[in-house]
Amino acid sequence: MVNIANYNDLVVGDRVIEAGNSENFQTGDWRSLIPVIDIDKCIDCFTCWIYCPDDCIIIKDDMIVGIKATHCKGCGICAKACPKKAITMTPEE
Amino acid sequence: MTMPKKHSDLAINGDNAVALAWKQIDPDVCAAYPITPQTIIVEKFAEYIADGEVTTEFVCVESEHSALTLCTTSCSAGARTFTATASQGLAYMWEMLPITSSMRVPVIMAVANRAVSGPININNDHGDVMSARDCGWLTLFSENVQQAYDMSIIAPRIAEHPDVQLPCLVNLDGFILTHAIERMTPIDTQIVKKFVGEFKPMHPLLDVKHPVSHNLMDGPLFYFPHKYQMVQAMNNALKVAKDVFKEFAEISGREYHLVEEYMCEDAESIAIVLGSSFGTMKEAVDQLRREGMKVGVAMPRVFRPWPIEDLAKLMKGKKSVIVMDRHLSVGAYGPMFPEVCAAALENKDVPKMYNFIYGLGGADTMVSDFMSVFKDVKDGRATRINYLGVKQ
Ligand code: SF4
Ligand code: SF4
Repeated sequence: MVNIANYNDLVVGDRVIEAGNSENFQTGDWRSLIPVIDIDKCIDCFTCWIYCPDDCIIIKDDMIVGIKATHCKGCGICAKACPKKAITMTPEE
Repeated sequence: MTMPKKHSDLAINGDNAVALAWKQIDPDVCAAYPITPQTIIVEKFAEYIADGEVTTEFVCVESEHSALTLCTTSCSAGARTFTATASQGLAYMWEMLPITSSMRVPVIMAVANRAVSGPININNDHGDVMSARDCGWLTLFSENVQQAYDMSIIAPRIAEHPDVQLPCLVNLDGFILTHAIERMTPIDTQIVKKFVGEFKPMHPLLDVKHPVSHNLMDGPLFYFPHKYQMVQAMNNALKVAKDVFKEFAEISGREYHLVEEYMCEDAESIAIVLGSSFGTMKEAVDQLRREGMKVGVAMPRVFRPWPIEDLAKLMKGKKSVIVMDRHLSVGAYGPMFPEVCAAALENKDVPKMYNFIYGLGGADTMVSDFMSVFKDVKDGRATRINYLGVKQ
């Protein structure tokens, strides 16, 4: 039994008492498939960026450069939404 | 003990006595939905609001589910919040009950105990509160109108204590206490206000300088530890309740205990009962004592947290213990019976344990009926579980 927190470390009740910390809740470990982008097919339309519910499509200088693995849940919405079929959901090592 | 000046007594029913306590406390918010036999509490309190005697914000809601949802969120916003219900109303709140307690907001709720349908019935038993007993609420019982008033003043002190932070049910028997007029000694409003004090909410939502989130999704990592935190809070509540009772005695002259006892010390056989029947059973004990039977009766004033140590001490050396349940878990026992048995196991020698189910749906239970319970046990007519008055 390892997946139980120490109650002493927790604030009383199911509360979070500081703001802006959902970044710390890493949803990446829910994933079974990770999106892999074929940069050659990609036209940088940002459709995937708009659709990703977790803000996991990384953009740099107006170009798609990768996936934020710490928070990508592997839902596959980006792959479905991509008009160029440039994203493939791939099993991870 | 310095006794405050004597206040003139009132002739008042239980519902009005609770409303009077609320008026003296003047909570920030109240939301409730009418249901017999609770209705008079909120009706009377609404009158106080309309007459400008309190500053409470009253919210009319369309159901009990909405009432408790509103109370829970209003309390988590930082407002001292009271409500009242009974029977089907409490049943309709059920979904919210464990949420209020897990959110650790000290909402105070008066429960005018009434049978739960069906069959459809509006009379007194403990089916409503007993069906809510696993929901993490502190639970207090009162024997008479005076105690319904006193517990209404005591409840926020226990519930809002920093070591507790749990909501609280204040029980009074439907009709027997809610509608019957008794003599009662109120406490001066200024003394009540000082005793109850100001509500100091923990991490309230409306403290905009310190933004917080309440009632978040709890995965397996956190759910169990948060429940365990509530266990600790309940344990703390035992000590807090004792301290608050002591302080209350100083302002009122009335002493309360986790477990109230009557003639138990030298008794060979004792009964354990909740609510107004405690008074009726005291009379039964008096009459049996005159016949030479060594009997006594006790009432867990505090039902949650379950005062296991005090009950174990009470049962030590007794020949028999009779658990009177005004509710029935159909197919098993009365709800209090296994809990009293568990407390009895704390001692080396366990008394003979009997369970009597009585008074369901308001079935009248008189002094003579309670006397027959002790006699049935003494003469060996009682079985493990007995249904008082049911003709077979
Ligand atoms: S798989 Fe889902 S979470 Fe991951 S990048 Fe695509 S849309 Fe976002
Ligand atoms: S939706 Fe497809 S084509 Fe458009 S930016 Fe994303 S990966 Fe590139």
